[in-house]
Amino acid sequence: MARMKALLLALAAAPLVAFAAEGYRLDRSPHDPRDLVSLQSGARTYMNYCLGCHGLQFMRYQGLEEIGLNEAQIRDNLMFTAEKVGEPIKIAFNPKDAKSWFGVAPPDLSVVARSRGPDWLYTYLRTFYRDAKSPTGWNNAVFPNVGMPHALWSLQGQRGLEVVAQKEGGHAAVQYKWSEISKGTQTPAEYDATVRDLVNFLVYVAEPSGIERRPIGIVVLFVLGVLFVFAYLLKKEYWKDVK
Amino acid sequence: MALGVWQWIDTRFPTLGAEWRKHASEYYAPKNLNLWYDFGALAGLVLIIQILSGIFLTMNYKPDASLAFGSVEYIMRDVPGGWIIRYVHSTGASAFFIVVYLHMFRALLYGSHKQPRELVWIFGVLIYLTLMGEAFFGYLLPWGQMSYWGAQVIVNLFGTIPFIGPDLALWIRGDYVISDATLNRFFALHVIAFPLVLLGLVVAHILALHDVGSNNPDGVDIKKFKDANGHPQDGIPFHPYYTVKDLAVAVVFLAIFCFIMFFVPEMGGYFLEANNFNPADPLKTPPHIAPVWYFTPYYSILRAVPPLFHSQFPGVLAMGIAVLILFFLPWLDRSPVKSIRYRGGLYKTWLAAFVIVFFVLGYLGTEPTTVWGQFRDPWDLLDTKDVATWVARLCSIVYFLFFFLMPWYSARDKVKPVPERVVWHA
Repeated sequence: MARMKALLLALAAAPLVAFAAEGYRLDRSPHDPRDLVSLQSGARTYMNYCLGCHGLQFMRYQGLEEIGLNEAQIRDNLMFTAEKVGEPIKIAFNPKDAKSWFGVAPPDLSVVARSRGPDWLYTYLRTFYRDAKSPTGWNNAVFPNVGMPHALWSLQGQRGLEVVAQKEGGHAAVQYKWSEISKGTQTPAEYDATVRDLVNFLVYVAEPSGIERRPIGIVVLFVLGVLFVFAYLLKKEYWKDVK
Repeated sequence: MALGVWQWIDTRFPTLGAEWRKHASEYYAPKNLNLWYDFGALAGLVLIIQILSGIFLTMNYKPDASLAFGSVEYIMRDVPGGWIIRYVHSTGASAFFIVVYLHMFRALLYGSHKQPRELVWIFGVLIYLTLMGEAFFGYLLPWGQMSYWGAQVIVNLFGTIPFIGPDLALWIRGDYVISDATLNRFFALHVIAFPLVLLGLVVAHILALHDVGSNNPDGVDIKKFKDANGHPQDGIPFHPYYTVKDLAVAVVFLAIFCFIMFFVPEMGGYFLEANNFNPADPLKTPPHIAPVWYFTPYYSILRAVPPLFHSQFPGVLAMGIAVLILFFLPWLDRSPVKSIRYRGGLYKTWLAAFVIVFFVLGYLGTEPTTVWGQFRDPWDLLDTKDVATWVARLCSIVYFLFFFLMPWYSARDKVKPVPERVVWHA
């Protein structure tokens, strides 16, 4: 009975429901898996800025042929950690050493675009800020107290972030105020494009079949469509004498 | 030539032809079976798809805690056509539950569980239970975070059973935590033990059905009126009539299946969960552990029941009863009619409520309990302030009342007169 009473009270209080404050709102990633130039540019950024610590162990260098590069181009421009194009894209040091150096081994990013999602990656890579309290001097709006410093800071420049709590129509809301500390080598628009290409590349790496599966799917659905016409006519033909 | 070969076989192995006639070309099914009656055949199709794709996955998968996650990625990248096989199997798992749920709902619509098909229904519920086990074991194999922690949670459920629980959980895992030993035995159960049981039960389900004959949307017995040859007047041979019909429906089903496979294989995180692309890490508990969608209605019931003396057993018990109560459906349903067409408003209302709460529970089970925010509870009367938990509690009550009150409302319902023969417009 007491529980019943509590339930009724709870129902009466339903309109008073207060929603918990949400985290940083993710931007929509503008990546396009059909844009080969973007994929190649993303591969270049990855090999130069990320592969120092983060491997793509389930991907082989050879796989980059799928994004329009030939073996010589891969070997001359992108292969820093392997001898043969058939080798997996691994980091140059032992993950066990990395753990003792950094506290955690930097994760392999082969399927990060599937576990985190492109929107998360696109926002995360653009929301690093200077934070004197953090051991690396960097923090992130999407991933608070992130262990990684801003690897692309020379491109984006350094930014500061002030989080202001405020009330908005009865709801607690948070406002993010960005400030520029120093300029990077790229303009904000150029930097967004760099991150877009990098995310595009990571989406490709997470699922290389993503490029081919859509065209195959269209053919399969077309064949099934034709098959359905015949199957339907066959059914009609047989069933016309069911009375 | 073909006829000669057939006669050669038939004189030496007449059983083949006799069984074909008994179960296909001379099995008389009601002529008014509608689309709802296709999901049985589709479940059979998915079973075949899962077995075939599973065989090819087994050729490349490694049931080893240090290799399993990588071997799935190896299948996705380096095995020619491997990604197709893998997506067929992952889409097939969810498709299996979709068609099985629709197939079971068909029974609730047209009273297919009622006399004389009680055993057909019971074999069906056994198939459903086996399928749940099969899906649970299979989900551990990719060895991602959700595989690992989902298995941890579900095995721990057995651990809450009084007295024998902890030993039972240990016996299932083969270790104190989910580990390589667990992965190996789940692999064995998933690829051979449970598929064998499943196949056996499917055969029993179909044989039992063909002994008593198929129900139909009017719920009338077609064997009452027979023609000069002794065949039911409202019956047509399963082959060719229903084989060609099932073929056309199967093509539509495959088109939907392939659309998911080729365009949205993750199905927004419902068929392939995002966190399962992180390798299993026994030291890192994910903040939000959710089973795959087909278990979430029961998971919601589990979470909705408050613990008693710090034991989660009441929730586990409620979840167990929620599934096992299905066995008793033929005896809970005391309506004089079978089909929804001739039932009254009471049954229709309860069935509609049941469907709604099943969906709401299913949705809530995929989300954290905080998804709908919290009540303001100035008096501090509630054990939890999460709105979603209270909604799940209400829905769980409706779920159980649908079954527990059925003997009363199904008997009391104002039914309409049932026609002698099936309603059929050519």
